Amino acid sequence: MVRYPSVETEGFRVSRPDVNFLPHEMSYESYGDREEMNMSEKITGAQSLVKSLEHAGVDVMFGIPGGAILPAYDPIFDSSIRHILVRHEQGAGHAATGYAQATGRVGVCMATSGPGATNLVTPLADAQMDSVPIVAITGQVASGAIGTDAFQEADIRGITMPVTKHNFLITDAKDIPQAIAEAFHIARTGRPGAVLVDIAKDALTNLTEFHWPETVSLPGYNPIMEPTSQAVKDAAALIAESTSPVLYVGGGVIKSNAAAELMQLAELTGAPVVTTLMALGSFPDSHEQHLGMPGMHGTVAAVTALQKADLLITLGARFDDRVTGKLSSFAPKAKVIHADIDPAEIGKNRIADVALVGDVKATIKALLPELAERFKVSKPDLTAWWAQCNSWRTKYPLGFDEPTDGTLSPQYVIQRIGAIAGPDAIYVAGVGQHQMWASQFVKYEKPRTWLNSGGLGTMGYAVPAAMGAKVGAPDTVVWAIDGDGCFQMTNQELVTCALNNIPVKIAIINNESLGMVRQWQTLFYNERYSNTDLHSKRIPDFAMLAEAMGCVGLRCESKDDVDRVIKEAMAINDRPVVVDFSVHRDAMVWPMVAAGTSNDDIVVAKSMAPIWDSQEL
Amino acid sequence: MSTHTLSVLVENSPGVLARIASLFSRRGYNIDSLAVGPTEDPNVSRMTIVVNVESHALAQVIAQTDKLINVLSIVELDPVASVQRELLLVKVSTTPETRSQVLETVQLFRAKVVDVAQDAVTIEATGNSEKIQALLRVLEPYGIKELVQSGLVAMERGLKPGTSQHLDNN
Repeated sequence: MVRYPSVETEGFRVSRPDVNFLPHEMSYESYGDREEMNMSEKITGAQSLVKSLEHAGVDVMFGIPGGAILPAYDPIFDSSIRHILVRHEQGAGHAATGYAQATGRVGVCMATSGPGATNLVTPLADAQMDSVPIVAITGQVASGAIGTDAFQEADIRGITMPVTKHNFLITDAKDIPQAIAEAFHIARTGRPGAVLVDIAKDALTNLTEFHWPETVSLPGYNPIMEPTSQAVKDAAALIAESTSPVLYVGGGVIKSNAAAELMQLAELTGAPVVTTLMALGSFPDSHEQHLGMPGMHGTVAAVTALQKADLLITLGARFDDRVTGKLSSFAPKAKVIHADIDPAEIGKNRIADVALVGDVKATIKALLPELAERFKVSKPDLTAWWAQCNSWRTKYPLGFDEPTDGTLSPQYVIQRIGAIAGPDAIYVAGVGQHQMWASQFVKYEKPRTWLNSGGLGTMGYAVPAAMGAKVGAPDTVVWAIDGDGCFQMTNQELVTCALNNIPVKIAIINNESLGMVRQWQTLFYNERYSNTDLHSKRIPDFAMLAEAMGCVGLRCESKDDVDRVIKEAMAINDRPVVVDFSVHRDAMVWPMVAAGTSNDDIVVAKSMAPIWDSQEL
Repeated sequence: MSTHTLSVLVENSPGVLARIASLFSRRGYNIDSLAVGPTEDPNVSRMTIVVNVESHALAQVIAQTDKLINVLSIVELDPVASVQRELLLVKVSTTPETRSQVLETVQLFRAKVVDVAQDAVTIEATGNSEKIQALLRVLEPYGIKELVQSGLVAMERGLKPGTSQHLDNN
């Protein structure tokens, strides 16, 4: 009976809601007394959950209720936590991620069991890949029904094991505060990541006492915060010998709030700096030592500097294939200093000569005095190296050709948004051509002003992530730069924005196609455009769609209108704004290192492209 | 590729085995054998995992496994500095003529007969992988009807801190 309960005693039955939604001892009225309850008084698991979230410092969460999580939504009604009712759980997950990336705090989302929980899988995988701290709370069917294929049952702990830093299944109400405390601790410390807490319905309805653990002790989890002094000495020695070093900066520098320390290190060493897609904003684009972004669509200067360097000073980066290109030919002459908080990143893709395992902020702080001492004795002359770097920079600047048929250039649109909204705004991109152009043509000066889905490459990320960012930074202008393909995956969250006073601005770079895929078809599939034409100039009409969702819908089709329309959107702060920019569909992202090829074969423009072997792609 | 024996102390909590299996599957590490059981500390289990990987990949296997929150410690055991044992149960066909030869083999290998039937004996043997394989080679001509083998369990030689050390340290 306990193992295999009958359908009558479990699940989602409207006819007998009291059996499952509340224990017999409690009534709905008693929830109102929570302020007066002392610690020893019995409360429901759901109340314990909400108190735990409050103790964990949660001020906002994104979610959708449903059967199994319903008990938790009753105490949320009275809680200090702002719950934003989204339109799809995926939106809740990405919103939590956007909130976390913009603020540095843990983002929180909530969903019910089964499909609610499985809809969170993509954002969990997305956040985990980009090391973003989020906690997802999901309802689960009652503990006795687990394993019986009950209504809306899914083994979300099993499903999310490979895409979370850790996860929990709670079947006893008394375990809730401890699990929540541990979940937040794990999400935000060490290498941040996604954590899921799945709570059985009876654990939410049963009575328990609330005890908030003041400290969390996880014997198997002890992130290393400081590198060893020997490793710091070894790293300083390598830097002091290097005549062509590059600071290869990854997203860890932003996670660790180490931009100021990075600036000190850059200026102390005088070395060129490259910032990866996840690190844009950690070092000002305007700084003369900044060579730009490395990787598949990086600047020639950044890519080539890595290739020719004799030393990579790697800070919170992970030698992703989009940065290294063909790994065996990546930076062939370089020794590698690899600073990362995750010991498993050391040597995963590229063998490190010196491993600095620790928080990157603490690591740079330890390195600075050591290096200053070394430089007193001798400091390498980087003049020749800079002459080379500057020649690449001068010869191959980022640029784009205006379409000759009078249509709008997508790069121009994005450049103007960046120029008008400025370096204080937050820019959130989807995935594809527009994302790459936004990384190239918006100039970033500050950390946490550039949000995107780097590792997982999640189309549909931009609108909900922008929503989360705007909630976290309500006084900051938030521009989502999205593609027409991406936008159609998650635009329903504009309804959430309109109803909850979250005035984000969305620029749809509408090329009527899945542009990046189309670009690959142009380059590698003989211009056979199989299933990449979205016809989205006519259907849907994005401006009308925006209006229907309670937003302002604007259109822009000519270069002369671009500034005016952007300024019009900037002036609207009481509603979300969507601008449909109709752009030329054949524009391509350059430079490009084709997937699987060497960084040495970077191509600056199509006319200079070699014949790629499609087998390698 | 070469085999390595990893001794992993894990928290005795639900889903730990699934986490390890999921990690090994996701990252493409080959498991030769895996044995799990309790330790002297009821909160801690020990897994002995034999992996077959390129030697440069071993550090990755260890680092990635160590990242799991429920993993308390992981070490590679040196075959020389550790005791390694497998358990074998094997059912061998016998005739009146061959039975005494089989029993002699059992004695030579310091194995045990644990069940006898008209036409078969069931033998229990423990030892390292080489000994078990050698025994099987000798028994094979008589006709192996059925066999079952445990994963390898192993422990470092000499006096080392107990399991609970890993919990108390923190």
